[in-house]
Amino acid sequence: METIRLIIVAVGGQGNLLASKVLGEAALISGVPVRMSEIHGMAQRGGVVESAIVFGDAKSSIISDGEADILLGFEPAETLRAINRCNKKTMVITNTATLMPFTVAIGRGIYPDVENVKELLRAKTAGLVSLDAMKLAKEAGSPMSVNIVLLGALIQTGVLGFSKENVIEAIRRRTKPAFLEKNLHAFELGMKAAQLS
Amino acid sequence: MHKLLNDSPGDKIMLLGNEAIARGAVEAGVAFATTYPGTPSSEISLNLFQMSQESDLYFEYSTNEKVALEVAAAAANSGLRTFCMMKHVGLNVAADPLMTLAYVGVTAGMVILTADDPAMFSSQNEQDNRYYAKFGGFPMLEPSSVAEVKEMMKDAFELSESLGQPVLLRTTTRINHSNAFVTFGDIKKPDIQGRFIRDPHRCVTVPTVSRGLHVKLLEKLEKAGQLAESSGFNFVQGSGKFGIITNGVSFHYVEDGIKDLGIEDKTSVLRMGFSNPLPGKMIKAFLKGCDKVLVIEEGEPFMEEAVKAFAQEEGIVIPINGKSKELFSRLFEYDPAMVREKIANYFDIEYTPAPKMDITDIPEIPIRPPNLCSGCSHRATFYEVKKAAKEMDMDIICPTDIGCYTLGFLPPLSMGDFVICMGSSVSSSCGFSKATDQKVVSFIGDSTFFHSGITGLVNAVFNNHNFTLVILENDITAMTGHQPHPGVDMMRHGFDTHGRINIEKIVRALGVEHVSVVKPFKVKKSIDIIKQALEFKGVSVVISQEPCALYAKGLKLLKPKAFMVSDQCTDHKDCINTIACPSFYVEDGRVNIDADTCVGCAVCAQICPENAIRPLKK
Repeated sequence: METIRLIIVAVGGQGNLLASKVLGEAALISGVPVRMSEIHGMAQRGGVVESAIVFGDAKSSIISDGEADILLGFEPAETLRAINRCNKKTMVITNTATLMPFTVAIGRGIYPDVENVKELLRAKTAGLVSLDAMKLAKEAGSPMSVNIVLLGALIQTGVLGFSKENVIEAIRRRTKPAFLEKNLHAFELGMKAAQLS
Repeated sequence: MHKLLNDSPGDKIMLLGNEAIARGAVEAGVAFATTYPGTPSSEISLNLFQMSQESDLYFEYSTNEKVALEVAAAAANSGLRTFCMMKHVGLNVAADPLMTLAYVGVTAGMVILTADDPAMFSSQNEQDNRYYAKFGGFPMLEPSSVAEVKEMMKDAFELSESLGQPVLLRTTTRINHSNAFVTFGDIKKPDIQGRFIRDPHRCVTVPTVSRGLHVKLLEKLEKAGQLAESSGFNFVQGSGKFGIITNGVSFHYVEDGIKDLGIEDKTSVLRMGFSNPLPGKMIKAFLKGCDKVLVIEEGEPFMEEAVKAFAQEEGIVIPINGKSKELFSRLFEYDPAMVREKIANYFDIEYTPAPKMDITDIPEIPIRPPNLCSGCSHRATFYEVKKAAKEMDMDIICPTDIGCYTLGFLPPLSMGDFVICMGSSVSSSCGFSKATDQKVVSFIGDSTFFHSGITGLVNAVFNNHNFTLVILENDITAMTGHQPHPGVDMMRHGFDTHGRINIEKIVRALGVEHVSVVKPFKVKKSIDIIKQALEFKGVSVVISQEPCALYAKGLKLLKPKAFMVSDQCTDHKDCINTIACPSFYVEDGRVNIDADTCVGCAVCAQICPENAIRPLKK
């Protein structure tokens, strides 16, 4: 099949790696080849965490700058920071809820205006879906479900070609049973938000 | 049951590279495994540790890599299939046993895995450990993918047994930390009862014995070279006059690049998976079929130099290139677009790279460096040492060590002036205190202290050095994902099978004259005690005891009780400017505390001049 390259950027602790695993499982269920690459270790201590997921027939498991087909950002400034991974045809999905870097808190940097971030993303790529995933996660019952809300938005766009049922099955297999109901709710809310976006 | 003990061959599952490696070991019937954790290898051992609790596998977290390799060497000389894994710099620690184990060899399969880290995602250097295979005399295997590394593990054990020699399996981060589908194979039941058969003329390496062993090592390598010629891990893909020789993850970038450039019918690719000794005959035959050859390998020109030497032996004069200013770098990691472009340039293929995204109008985005967690006890200790030194008007230099606390070098704490390797905080303090008249205060974690800090402290006492060592005892190896170390209470993890070593007793037993223990969340008291340690002439040790907040939360030893900033705040911002806990944020110019992440260590509450930070009433 045609290769689809997805980059997910997040801040350590936002559940990016779990979201990647759910997508990998969904690919397995859907019969789509997939390779993923992630960075662990020091970066996880509040730093930026990036996953690269390559669906389809390409062999590489990482994605070069400018070659992402989809960019999924868990935090708006991080989404913008990853703009060099995109090209004019890239579809961008971003959370609008901010997580201030502590460099901003101690006055060593200015956080960009979120509306401006959205405008820039929209102008430079093929399209932007933005949603307040934190608000929706809380609505679903847990701030930890931000990752699943964003997965819902990603699936709603249809770019990966995965059926909703297959992704729900992947969520069942890969997330803790105690969080399943909240996660399924979060997934629905993410899908709905992307539809309206 | 652990997912990697699944005994249904044919099942297909998404695995992390490190999980695939652990599964490969199990399928190979590994009986004995040792390690010291280090990124990017850590999940291999974590999975083996978990599996050892429900299978016959013996697994241990050893004190350091040298110990791990020596423990493993004994098992592999007692007839047990043995696996020893570590990160690339760990192999430096284990280099002493490694170099002579090469002479002694093994009586059962032994695989030594080195997890290299090109681009240094989580390491202090990006050394290319393929040279250890050549240096010591080990057959070496290098996988290109997650699925391949599982199969390679099994072949590595077979290869080791056929030669009586440990095999080096070299991975890079993009193997260890990639995920892909893997199909389970049969699990081989391990032989778990070893027996050592005395063989002093092989196993006792006095000079007369070693002279004979070196001869035998060269014979083994000769045999290994023949095996490399026919190994299925070395193969040619495609045909054509453009030649590419490659290894590891670069192989897949090459495959994608050739396809994207549409030169599949013009290009032959030689993939080296059994890469020490390199198969000379195979490489020479390959060169003869090419007009021009490009060697694509991350890191050093390990293959390139050998390939050029083989060409010289055969009188082959075609261009052979790899590392150069115009082509590939010895720095960092490669990526698919870069490999595609270099291939196009080298073979004169028409290719227009996609235009780069214009980012000139993107505002500067504040950096987000990794940071000590909310409620991390290291933050408190760093603050207290800094404050104590300041109040004593001392200009201190702070050698530090390898662990989460290395992050203390970042502002505003700025505590960390020198680090080169595990354990170097203590020994370099010896040097700084003699070479300068500056006050030296160094930091080391508990796991690192056991790993290689103790010897430095012995040196300090013996040679009568003058510095203060702060041991950050947080009860776990935190950075690599909470592995145990010899000071950990294993009963907390449900093990009644381990000893426990008390750091304070060790320090006192070594003859350190000034030893104190602080609880870093008691700020004022800690500062007072640290001041006494700083005043002491000679070696003083401060042990700062507080469990890692993440670890304690995981064990439910810590129940977070968030704090808040009350109206009494008059905006000094001392909290943010001095300790910069990630739970702080500023809204409308005022400091707030994020109740979702604050664990309630109360350090900020103790340094607030207005006492404005208080427990949040729910």
